[in-house]
Formats: sequence, structure tokens, C-alpha cells
Amino acid sequence: MPATRDKFGRPIVVVTGMGVVTSLASGKADNWKRLTAGESGIRTITRFPIEGLKTTMAGTVDFIPIEPFSSTDLSERLGEVVAEEAIAQAGIGSKGDFPGPLFLAVAPVELEWPQRQELGRAIGPETEVNYDGLLRVSGGGRYTQYHRRFLFGSVADHLAEVFGTKGSPISLSTACASGASAIQLGVEAIRRGEADATLCVATDGSVNPEALVRFSLLSALSTQNDQPQAAARPFSKNRDGFVMAEGAGALVLESLEAATARGATILGVVAGCGELADSFHRTRSSPDGKPIIGCVRNALSDAGLESGQIDYINAHGTGTPENDKMEYLGISSVFGERARQIPVSSNKSMVGHTLSAAGAVEAVFSLLTLEHQRIPPTINYDIPDPAIPFDVVPNKARDARVTTVMSNSFGFGGQNAALILTREPA
Amino acid sequence: MTETKPSTEVWITGIGLATSLGEGLDAHWDALNQRRINVDEKGFAPCVVHPQAPLNFDAQIPKKGDQRQMEAWQRIGTYAAGLALESAGVKGNQEILARMDMIVAAGGGERDLAVDSNILNLEAKGNSAPGFLNERLMNDLRPTLFLAQLSNLLAGNIAIVHGVTGSSRTFMGEEAAGVDAARIALARIAAGQSDIALIGGSQNGERKDILVLYEFGGFNLKDRFVPVWARRDKPGFALGSGGAFLVIESRAHAEARGAKPFARLTNVVADMARREHPGEITSTLETLWSKLGKLADKGAIITGATGAEPVTSEERAFLAAHPSFPVRASGTMFGHTMETQFPLGLALAALSLSRGALFPANDPTGLEVEMSSPPSQIVVIGAGHWRGEGMALVEAI
Repeated sequence: MPATRDKFGRPIVVVTGMGVVTSLASGKADNWKRLTAGESGIRTITRFPIEGLKTTMAGTVDFIPIEPFSSTDLSERLGEVVAEEAIAQAGIGSKGDFPGPLFLAVAPVELEWPQRQELGRAIGPETEVNYDGLLRVSGGGRYTQYHRRFLFGSVADHLAEVFGTKGSPISLSTACASGASAIQLGVEAIRRGEADATLCVATDGSVNPEALVRFSLLSALSTQNDQPQAAARPFSKNRDGFVMAEGAGALVLESLEAATARGATILGVVAGCGELADSFHRTRSSPDGKPIIGCVRNALSDAGLESGQIDYINAHGTGTPENDKMEYLGISSVFGERARQIPVSSNKSMVGHTLSAAGAVEAVFSLLTLEHQRIPPTINYDIPDPAIPFDVVPNKARDARVTTVMSNSFGFGGQNAALILTREPA
Repeated sequence: MTETKPSTEVWITGIGLATSLGEGLDAHWDALNQRRINVDEKGFAPCVVHPQAPLNFDAQIPKKGDQRQMEAWQRIGTYAAGLALESAGVKGNQEILARMDMIVAAGGGERDLAVDSNILNLEAKGNSAPGFLNERLMNDLRPTLFLAQLSNLLAGNIAIVHGVTGSSRTFMGEEAAGVDAARIALARIAAGQSDIALIGGSQNGERKDILVLYEFGGFNLKDRFVPVWARRDKPGFALGSGGAFLVIESRAHAEARGAKPFARLTNVVADMARREHPGEITSTLETLWSKLGKLADKGAIITGATGAEPVTSEERAFLAAHPSFPVRASGTMFGHTMETQFPLGLALAALSLSRGALFPANDPTGLEVEMSSPPSQIVVIGAGHWRGEGMALVEAI
């Protein structure tokens, strides 16, 4: 019987189910096919008018229609699709009865413009519209459904009910590191012995006018609108920002002991998680890279591994001038000369930046990399940035022996998280 | 069978309160003993809210630039977090702050009311060209407003202003977020995954945009303030304003640095009843109660009961089954601070235990009764207005 505890005496945490949706496709099989073919899911936005916007493209998930649209409804639906795929693959529990807690990474929920405009119209054209008026028309039970819909906990509430997860579901946000944080919370719960299984879901359906404007006003988005599929250019010299995208990822995590006992197929191991906050600035990393370096070192030490044992890095790689430079600084500080040899690719070059979902989407792709022994490329890599001498697996997928992957996630508000995933228990 | 580690004792060693009743522990203790309530029935009429007591933000957020980057909820929270760090004696202690974990329970999304109103007015006047909304938002939104709205930026601001950087996690989901922040932080320390953590939340209740959300569900207390237990005929809550943060740490960590505890955080439990049938909340609370640990006879209850229905009546039925525990509803004195209500309850429990008394009843219905002896245990209850039930056991040391 193999050991079910790691070298620190903690339960080994394995992945037994995965689900993913991106702008490329729904499901692991189609996503993997397109990802390794180097296809882009970025296109000109058709969901709403784009006049007056600085950035007019995104990785929207339009093949799952939501009517009437709200980002929260789409996030919920995407979360449902990936959780269903993950639970079906894991073959765990029974329908509507998942034997563990839910950890959900979700974008902060808020009332959106279509609903605000509906309230504005309810006030009528004769009256000056202000928030006193909005408050007046909001009551009386006409819009009860919007209370249920726009509570921060509403998506988790729905998923917990549909899948029958146990206990109090946790909705969390660590900005663009949220997906990794959801997985970390799930890992920790299993290591504490609180649960044998956890459902970790990360979802984001945020492409709406105000969300796009918000990132535009922070100058974070690419404005290469003419060639949407070539706009996301991580690590390239001519990168000019990230491309907003939608998607979701889900993992069923179990203790190795519980998974083995029920004869589950083990897809991979979450060997380590690291985090460290940055106190430098709300949107920029500390120029010395220390928080990123510390985060990566924390993940390695949590996994009990040396940097030399990592053979592929699934980068955060957003394609903003700042992120990619800082990620190189962080990785090269930890990996030394090996930073030039180790493959480092960015899924975001193809699927865009799925924000709250990115950490989980990229964890799924990292696990598929381990399964298929094939590294997805960084596309749109035509003009290398000499300041970032990574092997970015340019433009074409590559077969490679991969046993241990590090997946990085960084976010506004000084959020840094890193996961270490392996094929087999260490 | 999973073996569990011997549980580590966890102490509450820092409390930071900045609410409608003032700031700091002495001010709060005095206000509670004087049964003071700070309520505004006019400014947001017909809704009743508890306004934030004035704060000298410079005292905890020295850089004006930092203050400008935050909206009110973040300023209040960052301020209260600073008070908690000060109270624990770790403010400015780089060595500890750099490895201190942080779980913040947050809402977010304070809007620019003038921008929203202007757009809706122009639309009402016939501005409906495609792209009109885009153009207005591109021109009218302050570029940094987004950062004042993002839920995780309260934690981000606490990291920037106070240097708490061990980790930064933000839980969302109304009342339950506050319960789970305490539950996960406690579990991590008890299991040796962490030594010391800052937990808490903040809310600005003086917000028409958030009143709209609760008005959809008919939850706002209207016209006239009445204490929580006297709202049976007019159910609802008055939004509260305030920040409540706690520093919790393993006993060994506290002793090694010579820190004095306010109280022991013995247990935090949570669940989410489906709330489809009458009685489900009562029975969920009963189950949580049974999981808290050994309850002796000198206990009290501090509940975040909202005044919303049916949850408040269900909680009342639960409380009726435990008549030996004198009850206090924090919502009467502080209003409903949503994500912050449970950390606020923990803070009030720890404060009461450290002062050797439960603060006086403040309830015309007689549900709250006086307690003459010093409490040795206080159970904190948080049953969300719509979802989520939680409970904590806080004990005297």
C-alpha cells in the first residue's frame, strides 16, 4: 500500500475530477485540442455595443447563452457546467450529494447596468432620477429576485444547492489569484482532516461594459482591436495589456487515502500551495520582486521541493508590460540560470485573462499538461522581449517529459499565489 | 481514519472597533453600559441607518494619498484593523506582520451615485444611442474608483497601510463571510498551518446604493428605530456602519511575545440551512450549539440577529430553548453591519469576558435579561438575513 501522507505527515491531496470552460470551448477535451493547436478564443465583442470603448475585444463565452444577460448569471452557469464535468469525472457522491465543502472563487457581485436602467425607467421620465428615487421604486416586492441574484453569496448558494456540498460554502476573492486561492483552501481543509473531499470552483463571466471600462481606465487592457486573436502577447516586446476573458475551472480534490479507498482514478497531485501579499501598491508589484519571489519559495517549501525539480511553469503571463517583467524577475530570482531553460508558457495568450477563474482554469490546463506530456504554447510570440529571456514555448505546442508543474497567479491588491502540481505523489 | 493533531489553544489578543458608537474599547464599553444608540432616521429616509462616528483617519492611515484611494468602507476597515494591531501590540512589528495571515470578510462596490444618476437621467431624456453608456462611463468614472470597489482591496489597503503580508484572503457572502473568516483562521491556527491572524470586516451603512439591494427584498427598517427584538410587526434591519477586527494567535505564540489575551476563541462552527421549511433554521442553530463544546452554567449569548424574518423568529425559538443564557442583540446597538456583524460579536464577547461582565440589556420586550455574575463563556451567533448560520464559543481565560 503506497503512503497516503506526504513527507510532512499531512494527507496527500489528489485531483480526481476536473472541468473547464473558456472562450475556446466547453469541456477538457475540446479545450485541450484547441489550446495545443495554438488557437485563440479572443474576438470582437458582440454581446453589447462597443462604440466609445478603447478596447473592443474579449474572450467571451457566447456559446452558453444567458437571457437576459448578467455577469452574475453567466458566472453561475459557467460554475455549474465545470462543477458538473468535474464531479462526473470523479464519480464521487451521488447526484446532488457531493460529500464535502465548496470553495468558490467568484468576481465580486453587484447590481449591473441593465437592472439599474430598469429601475431608472420605473421612476419615469417626468422625475429627476437619483438614488432616492431608485430606492423608492426598489421596494414593494417588485424586484425581490434581484436581492437573491445580487447578494455576494448568491452564486455559491446556488452551486451548494445544486451539487449538495456540505457545510457553509465559501465565496472568496483574491482578485486574479482567486482560482488558486480556492484550490489552496480546499487543499488546506483536506490536510486538516476536516474533509475527505472538496469541490473547488472558480468562475468569471465579467465581460460587461462597466467591467471593461474599469480595466481600460487603469490602462490594463490591450487595445490591439484590429486583430483580436493576436492581441494577447505575453512576454513579447510589443505586448500592450491583457485581454479580458470569461471562463471557469473546477477541481474535485480528495485525500489520496479516500480516493484510493473508493478506487478513483487519480489525475494528479496538488503537492504545494504558496501565497504572500505585497504591500507596495494597489495595482503594481514591489519593484524588488520580493513578494513574488517569496510566494514561489513558499509554494516550493510547502511542496517540499527544490526549484530544480520543477520542469514546467504555467505562467500568470497576462501580457501587461508590468506583470510579465515582474514575473520574469520573480522566477529568475528563484530559478537562477535555469529560468532561461525551463519552459514557461502562458495560456492567456489563447484564452485571455479569465480573472477570478484564471487560477483554476490554468490548474486544469497544468494537470492536462501532465496527463498528455505536452506543453501548450504561448501564441502571438513574434517579437521576443530581450529583457525576458524565457523559453515561452513559442507559438507551437511541444511534447516534453513533465512531472512537476508550477502555476502562478497574481492579482490587484498585492495578491500572489502559486500552486505546485505533480502527476504522481512525491 | 484520519488522525487529527492535538488542538492548539487560540487566544484573542487584539480588538479593533470603530463603529457608530465611537472608536476604541473604552468608548465602546462606556457606550454599551450607557445603552447608547447612534441612529439616523432622516438622512436616508425612510430607511434607518446607524452612521459611522467621526474618525480622525490620519491616526491610522497617515498618508492622505492612501485615504483618497479608498471609499468609506475601506477607510473604516483599515482604521479598525490598525486599532486591532495596536491593541495586540504588533503594530509596526515588521517581523510579525510579514508572516501574519489575514482573512477579511468584505462586501464592496461603493458606487459613484452622481455618475449613475446622471447617466440614468440622460437616458431618460432619450440618450439611447449604442455606445452612450460606454462613452459616459469612459468619461465620468474616476479611474481609481474600481480599486475602492473591489472586495479584496480592503485587505489590499490593510497590507499597504499596516504591512500585514503573510497572506491576504477575502471572503464574500454577507453574514456568512464573517463567520467563515473566523472559522478558517481559527482552524488554520489550531492545525498549525498559521500562528497569528488578523480577521474582521467593515461596512459603511450610509450608502443608498446598498440600501437599494436590501430594499429589493424588503429588508430595510423604515421610519423609526426600534430594538431588534421589538421588530416582529415591522421586520427588518437598520444598516450599521463600522469596522471590527481581531488579532487571534496560538497561545504559544502569544506567550512567547508576552501578549495578554482578552479571551480564548474555542470554536467556530457554521452551516447553511436550505431554509425551505419552517423550523430549519432553529434546528440548524441547535445542531451548531451541540458542536460548540462543553457549555457550563455561567454563559451568555451575543447574537447578530438581524430583525429580518423569518430568521429572527426562528432564532428566538432557539434562544427560548436555552433560557439560562442571557442574550444581547448587537443589532440593536450597532445596526446590522452584515459581513462585519459576526467579527463584531466576537469582539464584544472578548471585551465583555476581559472586563468580567456582560453589558446591560437594551430591550423593551424583556427577551434580554440582566446578568449579575461575570460570564465565563459567551456564545456568538450569526444567522444571516437570507442565508448562512454560524456560532462561536469565546471563553474567559
